[in-house]
Amino acid sequence: MFDFDGIHEIWQTITRNKTRSLLTAFGVFWGIFLLVILTSTGNGFENGLMRQVEGVTPNTGFFFVSQTSEPYKGYQKGRSWSMQMADLEAVREAFPCIKAISPEASVWSSEDKNVVYGSRGGSFTVKGVLPEYNDIEKSKIIKGRFINATDIATNRKVCLLGKKVYTTMFEKGEDPIGKMVKVNGIYFQVVGVVRSYTENVQINGIVDESVILPFTTMQQVFALGDKIGFFAFVADDDTPVPSIEEDIKQLIKQRHDIAPTDKEAIESFNLTEIFKAFKGLFFGIHILIWIVGLGTLMSGIIGVSNIMLVTVKERTREIGVRRAIGAKPKYIIGQVLSESLLLTTLAGLVGMCIGVGIMAIVGMVTSNMPGDKMMFQDPNMSFKAAVAATIIVVISGLLAGVLPALRAIQIKAIDAIREE
Amino acid sequence: MIRLENINKTYFGAQPLHVLKGINLHIKEGEMVSIMGASGSGKSTLLNILGILDNYDSGDYYLNDKLVKNLTENQAADMRNQLIGFIFQSFNLIPFKTAMENVALPLYYQNVNRKKRNQLAMEYLERFGLKEWADHYPNELSGGQKQRVSMARALVTKPKIILADEPTGALDSKTSAEVMQILREVHHTGITMVIVTHERGIALRTDKIIHLKDGVIEDIEINDFDTINLNSDIK
Repeated sequence: MFDFDGIHEIWQTITRNKTRSLLTAFGVFWGIFLLVILTSTGNGFENGLMRQVEGVTPNTGFFFVSQTSEPYKGYQKGRSWSMQMADLEAVREAFPCIKAISPEASVWSSEDKNVVYGSRGGSFTVKGVLPEYNDIEKSKIIKGRFINATDIATNRKVCLLGKKVYTTMFEKGEDPIGKMVKVNGIYFQVVGVVRSYTENVQINGIVDESVILPFTTMQQVFALGDKIGFFAFVADDDTPVPSIEEDIKQLIKQRHDIAPTDKEAIESFNLTEIFKAFKGLFFGIHILIWIVGLGTLMSGIIGVSNIMLVTVKERTREIGVRRAIGAKPKYIIGQVLSESLLLTTLAGLVGMCIGVGIMAIVGMVTSNMPGDKMMFQDPNMSFKAAVAATIIVVISGLLAGVLPALRAIQIKAIDAIREE
Repeated sequence: MIRLENINKTYFGAQPLHVLKGINLHIKEGEMVSIMGASGSGKSTLLNILGILDNYDSGDYYLNDKLVKNLTENQAADMRNQLIGFIFQSFNLIPFKTAMENVALPLYYQNVNRKKRNQLAMEYLERFGLKEWADHYPNELSGGQKQRVSMARALVTKPKIILADEPTGALDSKTSAEVMQILREVHHTGITMVIVTHERGIALRTDKIIHLKDGVIEDIEINDFDTINLNSDIK
């Protein structure tokens, strides 16, 4: 049926009435075109947003201490307290699902220029973290390395510079590694330079404008004692942070004689819910897009079916003649189905190509726009979606032809010679 | 070649219409007969049954010694394609196909390849003096040319029988005479031919005239060609 002759036959009938075929095909073209544009745009926004939060681990929780709000075991309410390293160890032990945990401490200087190198200086945040912190709030290491276990174990006086700190303190192209930088009056050796993946999500100060020290060194050098006021952790993907948040609080409260019912002594927030909300939002958007796109496509297909029915009716005489001179029913069915299939497939493919082409141009234009704050990136249809759309078009092309084909075989040869 | 035994046909509409009331007819191979009758006499119905385009209610119809009864659509299509060539009053050429493509179409349904098809179609067009018109569409042809194209289409499959339904009905007397001349020539090659007409001038140019009236054969007239002037006015 799909020999050259067959295709020639079909092509002849399709091109016989160009305007009608074009108008019919336009419905399908438009449906696929819209589907491509919509899914690509949806993906573009999703990619854009996801880039804004790049480097942020979704399943992250943050805990910080506050004054107690209930009296318990002889303590008055309104007591100030703090956590210790041992608490973090206990949490890590009790919750194996925690992949990384790190306290964080910051010191701000009252001095005008708290960070000094040579004749240069500037005001920057100083924070202390554990090596694992880079699994929680990911930073890109431009030069050198992150803080390591030895730094922590031996309280080494080393530091990492944020990208902006580096550019402020050093000449362009100067290697900072091994240089001594004075931070809040004490000299630290530079081991690396980091920059944040994104400026939009920041925890405790902007990474690019911070000097990062080993947590233990910071406690010792700045006489903070073994006091932890804030810590962050990442749990594995199977354990959403909200599901263990309360248990962690209870464990810490118990270790510090705080009433289990105290809601203020230790506070927390997590990114899991926020990310879940984002995911849900985009899922909803994608569903909506497919409903709209498929709806448009379906109306196009119904259009094809409708026109084919009219065409079959118009061609009663022709089909009758074909039957009279020996066309079997399967030829007639094949012809109508192939016509509808060819029309929808061609229109669908053209729609897809034009849609993908336009979105490629849009993608190129937006990627050339300056600034990391573009909320729109790589508006592409996924290959899977493209394959799905193609299959849908082909199947619907066949479906669109079924009704007209059934109508066509009901035409008997006798109808052709029956004079009006 | 054609044998009808007590064929009955009734159309069941608002009022049942008994169109053919026991037709018995024998047409020998190589005969050229015409069927005449007033409108409503059942002559078109008879031709439809002969052409396996319509079925009948009772009786037996033997075509080429084969009983034509309760055929499937596919069997009927095959028989029509291989045994019968149709010529219609309104030509029934497919408007978006050229003369050659129209002639080649029955061969397409016989799965003859394109080259062979077109070659055969050209041969037949040439035979009917239409070689120069092969690439023209039906609406660019005169009535006589169209009928010659449709005759070429009927003959291209080398059928055993030609069934013609008012083949000259849409033509003027001069072209009618031409068409009849061609049909006679075709007949001389040994093809059985049945022509339905209401024009006596046409009927007189066949071997036998079957007169139908109210669904029965009223009379069979044998033409004696010695007494008929074939150059007389056809209409």
